[in-house]
Amino acid sequence: MDKITLDINGREQAFELEPDQPLLWLLRDELELTGTKFGCGKGLCGACTVQVDGQPARACVTPAAGLAGRQITTIEGAQGRVVEAVKAAWLHLDVAQCGYCQPGQIMAASALLARVPRPSDEEIDQALSANLCRCGTYPRIRAAVHFAAESLATQTTL
Amino acid sequence: MISATDAAMNRRHFLIAAGLASGGFLVGCADSARQQLSDASLSLDDGQIALNGWVKVGPDGRVTVAMAHSEMGQGVHTGLLMLVIEELDCGWDNIGFENAPIDRLYGNVAGMAEGVPFRADDDGLLARSARWTMRHVAQQLGLMMTGGSSSVRDLWPVLREAAAVTRETLIEAVASAKSLAPGALTLEAGRFLVDGKPVMSLGKAVQLLGASPTPATRWTLREPSDFRYIGKPMPRKGASTRLDGTAQFGIDIRRPGMLYAAIRFCPVRAAAVHSFEGGKAAAAPGVRGVIAVPPLGGGTGGVAVVADRYWQARKALALIELESEDAPMAAFSSAAAKARLAQALDGEDGFTFWHKGDPDTEFEQSARQLTAEYSVPWLAHTTLEPMNCTVEYHGDRASVWAPTQVPGMTRAVAAEALGLEPEQVELSVTLLGGGFGRRAEVDFVAQAATIARQFPGRPVQLLWSREDDVQHDFYRPACVSRFTAGLDDKGRIAAWRNTSASQSIVPDFLARTFGMPGMGPDKTTSEGAFDQAYAFPHARVAHVTVDLPVPVGFWRAVGHSHQSFFVESFVDECAHAAGRDPLAYRLELLADHPRERAVLELAAARAGWPQARGAGRALGLALHESFGTLVAQVAEVSLAEGGRIRVHRVVCAVDCGIPVNPNLIAQQMESAVVYGLSAALDGRIDIENGRVQQGNFDDYPMLSLAECPEIETHLVQSTAPPGGIGEPGLPPVAPAVANAVFALTGTRLRALPLTLSA
Repeated sequence: MDKITLDINGREQAFELEPDQPLLWLLRDELELTGTKFGCGKGLCGACTVQVDGQPARACVTPAAGLAGRQITTIEGAQGRVVEAVKAAWLHLDVAQCGYCQPGQIMAASALLARVPRPSDEEIDQALSANLCRCGTYPRIRAAVHFAAESLATQTTL
Repeated sequence: MISATDAAMNRRHFLIAAGLASGGFLVGCADSARQQLSDASLSLDDGQIALNGWVKVGPDGRVTVAMAHSEMGQGVHTGLLMLVIEELDCGWDNIGFENAPIDRLYGNVAGMAEGVPFRADDDGLLARSARWTMRHVAQQLGLMMTGGSSSVRDLWPVLREAAAVTRETLIEAVASAKSLAPGALTLEAGRFLVDGKPVMSLGKAVQLLGASPTPATRWTLREPSDFRYIGKPMPRKGASTRLDGTAQFGIDIRRPGMLYAAIRFCPVRAAAVHSFEGGKAAAAPGVRGVIAVPPLGGGTGGVAVVADRYWQARKALALIELESEDAPMAAFSSAAAKARLAQALDGEDGFTFWHKGDPDTEFEQSARQLTAEYSVPWLAHTTLEPMNCTVEYHGDRASVWAPTQVPGMTRAVAAEALGLEPEQVELSVTLLGGGFGRRAEVDFVAQAATIARQFPGRPVQLLWSREDDVQHDFYRPACVSRFTAGLDDKGRIAAWRNTSASQSIVPDFLARTFGMPGMGPDKTTSEGAFDQAYAFPHARVAHVTVDLPVPVGFWRAVGHSHQSFFVESFVDECAHAAGRDPLAYRLELLADHPRERAVLELAAARAGWPQARGAGRALGLALHESFGTLVAQVAEVSLAEGGRIRVHRVVCAVDCGIPVNPNLIAQQMESAVVYGLSAALDGRIDIENGRVQQGNFDDYPMLSLAECPEIETHLVQSTAPPGGIGEPGLPPVAPAVANAVFALTGTRLRALPLTLSA
């Protein structure tokens, strides 16, 4: 067990961590940040997507102990114009059904838009195809990413 | 050979047995909606009124609906609130819900009534009395259940009447207070109006009524032409909570002092633990206990580890040494099962669900004869939220949090495992991260309660892994179906004979949940095969039930999910054999069915039938009726590298009666198409020596964004009462794709998942 300080949603906290403990369970059970979901435990479904230094990461296969000095952002702490535009687009196009995968989708989509302001369909496919949705909200996710990109671009030019 | 009389006897046997299953007596009941209105059992806050068990109104003008149905993505919370606000217009921001208490009042009548094994056009005495009996059995049974695409159908009259009674009672009070004629008053967005001018707010009117108001005795329901909410694309209630992490699913329940449980199941499905060595696990960090769990509710036995943190419990599972009892499944492998099902078709005629004319003679005398054999594998549900349940046991009472489609059964099963009466258990139904029929089962509830009983005073959350979920499911049955058709000299179908073979779900389900013995016939075995509208002049559709040890359950669209693939593919085969256009051929078979024709024609027109949008692509179509709704789909496909089938576009036309919320309808089409495509392109569960071979999304894949087609939904306008919407979009997608593959390649694929051998 090592004592490790982590920056989660802008707050530094010290934890006693086993070297192999995934970030997911630290978030969900220790910190009760339950917006990050468990779906597969193998990095296959993306329900546990968080951002580490702005890049999407699978919390279920990312050992928390290796994240010292990195900025960890969960759905609860995600803020700023990109994620706000993504959420607004999601609402506008009624994307969510059961909603279970959506925090992960939003973390992945906002990481994409921060990196690629006007993504093509292919870029969206590539960035989001490892975020599975059993309700089949994909067509609306694709449309909502474009919609968010557009609204961000419009804001910029204003 | 089963005669018509035998068939009738079997059906009677089924109905009597269903009556017994209710544990009550069949009594004459008043009209269903009125009866359901009379029985208020809601708890009220200060100043709130309730004139029935469905709708409460507060002195602040807020309306609260007793929500008897579970939200699993299908939008039922939103849809049902729309039924209420249509008759009690408090303003969309002022309506909400709370979970209904567990009471017979909230039992799902429409969902059960659909279980009678008769075609919709069968208006004979037996069919009519069976439907009547089933409705009344359902009322007596009072089974709270979300499933069978039945929620809106079940509550369409009930909620609107409950809201209308409430509105009229308030109007009478306002009229009396203001010396106005009740007929002069209307309610809009939370205000009572006379000639468009507000005279009193809804909240003020509630305050006029006092503690025990008498319900109005007369009310009228709004005509469809006057609807203000129904038919509008109202946004989902609570949508923003799905985006910021605040929506609470079962897995998200957190209680002070909560412990976490993980379970190591016997590898053979449904096996029991013979012995185990848990000492090492018990000594692992954070572990509070190691507990054997018997096979409960049809589930598999296993050993649970309870720890301070889920990760600790999960990790300690590997330290358990576990030996299973011999189980019937251990000798079973799915590779031999297809032959076994086909063999059953060789030897048995099965139960005849539909018999018309003289199909055997007509077949022998037909100009041209076609035969084909189709098959589908077992399938798992894989809700994205794995099975879980949280139980807090206090000796003489308990609290349970569960993502469940069956609240009453969940409470009963938890109570039994805890040694309590159901009334001593308080159940909170959470949001469901997907349901699809998996959460109509209660195995995981019984397990959680069994574990939590060992930790009085401490809440315990049981959470399965994905592998647990894939390997310990209740699977969609594998099925083999044979067709023989006789075509006349013009290529028209003169005789249609179809027999399928599979396990039967309903008797298994009744046995594991109610302890009832099996009974037949089970409509779900043949639904989608015997009940479609095609006007074959001579027909026989039958099913042979085969007993196999695989636990089977209700998967999205149930029997329709595979029977549509069989029927719509074989109709397509007949069309091509006759050298006819598949659309024109179907329309001819539906000459007396204008609703079916309309959806087919709409889908075909919007898809540009028969022309695909590009070279190397082709279209296929399918039509299917299920859960009271008609759906036609046209799929556009091409072949990707390695012969992988690529679906570019699915155009859906829907006649679901009055469309309650077009936005939710479109979403459910998209959802069902994607769910159905995952199964059509990749879904299969293989079993070797009782062990399910798949385990996670790498070997039991679901469709991803990159492979998701464009999906369009077009509605046929209708004033018929609403049909279901959560499932009907699924059945036609597999045959539409298979038919498109045939149009493209000339290869007829008769097995799911659809694969073209290189």
